[in-house]
Amino acid sequence: MNKTPFHQYHLEHGAKMVDFAGWDMPLHYGSIIDEHNAVRTSGGLFDVSHMGRVKFTGRAARRFLERVCTRHVSPMKVGTCRYGLVCNERGGVKDDVIIYRFDDHWLMVCNASNREKLLAHFDDVKGDLNVKIEDRTSKDAMVALQGPRIMEMIGKFSKEIPTLKRYSFAIKNMLVLKMIVSRTGYTGEDGVEVILPAMMSGMAVKLLLGKKDDDEKIDVVPAGLGCRDTLRMEAGMPLYGHELSEEIDPLSAGLNFAVSLDKDQDDQYGEPEPFIGMDALKKIAAEGVKRKLIGLKLDGKRTPRQHMVVKAGDNAVGEITSGCLSPTLGYPIAMAYVDAAHGAVGSTLAIDFGRATQDAEVVALPFYKKS
Amino acid sequence: MSAPSECRYLDSHEWHRPEGNVVTIGITRYAVDELTDVTYVELPSVGADVSAGESMGEIESVKATSDIYPGVSGKIIEINEALADNPGLLNDDPFGTGWLVKIEMSDASQLDKLMDADAYEKKYPSS
Repeated sequence: MNKTPFHQYHLEHGAKMVDFAGWDMPLHYGSIIDEHNAVRTSGGLFDVSHMGRVKFTGRAARRFLERVCTRHVSPMKVGTCRYGLVCNERGGVKDDVIIYRFDDHWLMVCNASNREKLLAHFDDVKGDLNVKIEDRTSKDAMVALQGPRIMEMIGKFSKEIPTLKRYSFAIKNMLVLKMIVSRTGYTGEDGVEVILPAMMSGMAVKLLLGKKDDDEKIDVVPAGLGCRDTLRMEAGMPLYGHELSEEIDPLSAGLNFAVSLDKDQDDQYGEPEPFIGMDALKKIAAEGVKRKLIGLKLDGKRTPRQHMVVKAGDNAVGEITSGCLSPTLGYPIAMAYVDAAHGAVGSTLAIDFGRATQDAEVVALPFYKKS
Repeated sequence: MSAPSECRYLDSHEWHRPEGNVVTIGITRYAVDELTDVTYVELPSVGADVSAGESMGEIESVKATSDIYPGVSGKIIEINEALADNPGLLNDDPFGTGWLVKIEMSDASQLDKLMDADAYEKKYPSS
């Protein structure tokens, strides 16, 4: 099993470890709900080193990324990041990724479970394009610091980082640490994600979490993958394997903002470069999506689970992709794909729990927005 | 915390603490650790008849939903009402205040078929 540079840290902090995409990762350090609430009220530190980090260099790196990514990357300014999808020819999602633009190279952060598949795909697509693709995953560590008080904490040792705009990043030299700090995250809270050399990870944690005897210390707790999942659900963010897969297209997932269907027309940056899956997605866009991703809100305390059937009257009209008893909102929430005709906000559907069926109201995503 | 020696256990991780003809049932620390934070517990009604090996309720956690099985047959004489408002009692004290139900056994000899604490601990060592 793969271990991140923070493995020892997790064990020392009493983590319950689980196999996640071949990585031995912390599920929680005591309580998923406590960690969830800490991120919503103060701050949490997530080890996300398992996520794939792939570097692209070479003269054709930009063109290559335009070809594999659904969203324009050419207009990106140096020091910004962008969310996008990598699709198959059918328009199904191979992965959802974040692309970082540096002055002389690009970086893609992808899901741990899809890294090897993507690397093989990129190798197929590359052809004779002048692009060097380097998997940096094991060389660097990555942490996410998320929560309403994180920027205040970071402000104690950096003036610049709290001024970063959302989806921008800075390269920071702190002591001997060189870090990429981006104002991004997967929790619905403010915060940053930090990429740093694997060998510096121990020092970085000490630096970031500060000294225990500091009265001014802002409470930032280690947070595991368990609450990462409930936090992203509340924020209405898709998770690969749940809301996204090779059989689901990004338009049905409501990710239109990350799909540039005009890539074959745009010649502002040289040759137009259509992306893989664009023709299929154009067809879907023209015909309209048959199913759509919706949010559901329930009464009671039962938790809707992936694959539960969603009904309109007696008819099955869809399937749950993710659900939880929302720790922040106090009621059960779920995401589901349903026939487009049944997805209007305000309608009432029902979820089949096996022993009983329970009504659910279609609500707009996200369920939770930070104040 | 190790499995209490006065209890009998199932592979589905319910503990059974007999006192005369009545047995208290809960789930073990091992099970709670696997479930993570418990969010909801559905228990049978007082007076209901339950049968050994047949599901009598459900426990939901952040990660999973699982059935509750009694290792003995009988009648429910009491349920832990506190769990409705505070399902986290299962996480805090699974062998104590996080108990689930009390059953008046119809055949106390059914308990003999269940694992004793040593056998359970050997099979499912708590971390």
